[in-house]
Amino acid sequence: MHRVDIFPTHEYQGLKLRTGRPYPFGATVFGNAVNFSVYSRYATSCTLVLFHNREEEPFLEIPFFPEFRLGNVFSMMVFDLDYENIEYGYRMDGPFQPEEGHRFDKSKILLDPYAKLIAGRDVWGKHPNWDSLYQYRARVVFDDFDWENDLPLETPVNDLIVYEMHVRNFTCGQAAGVKHPGTFAGIVEKIPYLKELGVNCVELMPIHEFDEFENSRISPVDGRQLYNLWGYSNVGFFAPKAAYASSGRFGMQVDELKNLVKRLHANGIEVILDVVFNHTAEGNEQGPYISYRGIDNKTYYMLTPEGYYFNFSGCGNTLNCNNPNVRDMIVESLRYWVSDYHIDGFRFDLAAILGRDQNGNPMSNPPLLESLAHDPILGKTKLIAEAWDAGGLYQVGSFPSWGRWAEWNGKFRDSMRRFLKGDEQVLADVKERIIGSPDLYASQKRGIKASVNFITAHDGFTLMDLVSYNNKHNEANGEDNRDGENHNNSWNCGWEGECDDAGINRLRHQQIKNAITLLMVSQGIPMVLSGDEMGNSQQGNNNAYCQDNEIAWLDWNNLEKNADILRYFKQMIQFRRQHKVLRHDEHLSHTDYRNLGYPDFSWHGVKAWQPWAGYNNLTLAFMLNGQYADNDDFIYVAMNMHWEMHGFELPQLPDGLAWHIFANTGMETPEDIFELGKEPVIENQHEVLVGPRSIIVLVGKG
Amino acid sequence: MNTEVYKLGEELDSFNYQEVQDGILAILEKGNNVLLDMTACNYVSSTGLRVLLYSKKVAASKGLNFSLKGVSAEVQDIMSVTGFDGFFDYA
Repeated sequence: MHRVDIFPTHEYQGLKLRTGRPYPFGATVFGNAVNFSVYSRYATSCTLVLFHNREEEPFLEIPFFPEFRLGNVFSMMVFDLDYENIEYGYRMDGPFQPEEGHRFDKSKILLDPYAKLIAGRDVWGKHPNWDSLYQYRARVVFDDFDWENDLPLETPVNDLIVYEMHVRNFTCGQAAGVKHPGTFAGIVEKIPYLKELGVNCVELMPIHEFDEFENSRISPVDGRQLYNLWGYSNVGFFAPKAAYASSGRFGMQVDELKNLVKRLHANGIEVILDVVFNHTAEGNEQGPYISYRGIDNKTYYMLTPEGYYFNFSGCGNTLNCNNPNVRDMIVESLRYWVSDYHIDGFRFDLAAILGRDQNGNPMSNPPLLESLAHDPILGKTKLIAEAWDAGGLYQVGSFPSWGRWAEWNGKFRDSMRRFLKGDEQVLADVKERIIGSPDLYASQKRGIKASVNFITAHDGFTLMDLVSYNNKHNEANGEDNRDGENHNNSWNCGWEGECDDAGINRLRHQQIKNAITLLMVSQGIPMVLSGDEMGNSQQGNNNAYCQDNEIAWLDWNNLEKNADILRYFKQMIQFRRQHKVLRHDEHLSHTDYRNLGYPDFSWHGVKAWQPWAGYNNLTLAFMLNGQYADNDDFIYVAMNMHWEMHGFELPQLPDGLAWHIFANTGMETPEDIFELGKEPVIENQHEVLVGPRSIIVLVGKG
Repeated sequence: MNTEVYKLGEELDSFNYQEVQDGILAILEKGNNVLLDMTACNYVSSTGLRVLLYSKKVAASKGLNFSLKGVSAEVQDIMSVTGFDGFFDYA
């Protein structure tokens, strides 16, 4: 049977055409035709502009005939295009009335907002022709990657151990030893390392196409070129960053990224994308025309009544997320990444913006967030919100969730950092964080799985710097150290920055081990910052968004230098993966509701069963009853953030079980942590001595 | 079963894929295995990668072999980073 609607009805300068299909938006291959479809509510006319790859001048411009418009959608099929060698854009005509929100300019050639493959910036840091009329160039994508039997892994949320990483930072360092530094292929080469580390999920900092030259400049301090390295500034929501693919110069970034996902999945590692739907790279009124501004400014951006850009993102403009058409674009983008790239989850940058209405006011039931929570294709996709924005909306604990959204728990970071440095005012808060933040999430029955716990993330100090610097040192960013967070709750252990003092360095390592222990024994989803496991430093820079150099790149020489840290991380991660009792998904009852002899969870102090018995709010212990988690072991954790040693009386175990020592951060390697299953039984079953600023983890088993 | 060698030129891309695809399919139609000699080839585009994988799948559906020889380091690298390399036998 042959279709009867695949015959051209029109011809224009030698190319055969017919009325297109309005849906789906973007460029889609149908048989021997490519269907181009673009939406603009306010455009009066539209022209398809066709280039041969990389050529400055278009070879043809085809106006959309009046009969090619349906509603507010222009669509046409073009037959017999050699689409591997075609780049396309649009010219839109319409009013230029900024005070009304319109900025049409038909002299501009515009990127398709639904472009799935974007060429033009194929090699990182290579200057484009800045005078070119069309710089980000849409191409037609090959969407027939052979996934074989791969699908998103659907790992239970509470079993995740997330590793937040950046494509370039991960393997650009000289000592990374990969063939394809700074690319998706480079990550593939490091999969054995990730597997050995034990993480089961990587969260990639933005990999959508962005402009590394945005705000690019020379550092006045060291003369180096500064880039937009992090990429929190989207050019396109459907296309991967070409320069993150070693094959980007051949336009194969789509296949290269899909191969990365497939290979990670084959090794049991999920992929979460950090997505930035709060603004675009077009900036404010002075910014460039890339796409949205020229396609349909009033639809895509939140505008003041006078037609200026609202700036809730701190980046010049704000995407109009709760305009129904923009909402659809966001939903379609996410569906596309899940269905075509098998992505397992998303972390939404400045997600509070997604809940603002078109005038910028926070809504109680934001339709976009509700749509995402109930979307059929995203039905098992992890949704994680950075639940605040740059406009002052802070929603940690109150992000509209419909039981589906988790949050970056910024309070976990703040409380644990303060506890680690010996702050005596934070114990009550620390207790909430250890048990999955019921103060934030229990009343809405969101469960422990709503809390993504972290102590460090890309934004802020690395863990090594957290214990090496009291103050940020961002001079190299060229803003007189004004940028970056001032309240880091960090402590340098006695000397600002790197030093030779063995005692200070030992304490720093100990503090790092304390931190990863707190993270791994707390209920919730732990997230580790890439590089912390090898003691990576950014030389005190807590905002290395522009440092595409050894400041931000992981120094793989640290694997050897800080071998004890790496070993400790690996063992601690394995410990969490082994012990289900550390990974509850619902909040704990603190009672023995099944009459097993011990409550599911109990607090202790330096005296067993007496949590109030302690020193300066700096000592604390708890016990998890493994019988409440598929007959796991008992786990007891004693934390002493005091600068003196303290004895902790141990709770008595049921007959036949004994306390074994798994970790003691106060000990030197290799006695700081033991192999799973080989934890030595401790001599004194009634009391442990916990050294200054140390944590001891015991396992109660037969 | 006989094996026929099909020789590629310097590039396999959208400009010549049809000819190459037809040539390979013609051999498979005869019931012969294909040994694709890529010795001269230094570039395979996205279209070209699909010609290779499509040929492999057609061959497999007929119980025939489709294998590659003389794959240059450049082409091997493209195939590797895009994940196409694992589908093929190399003679």
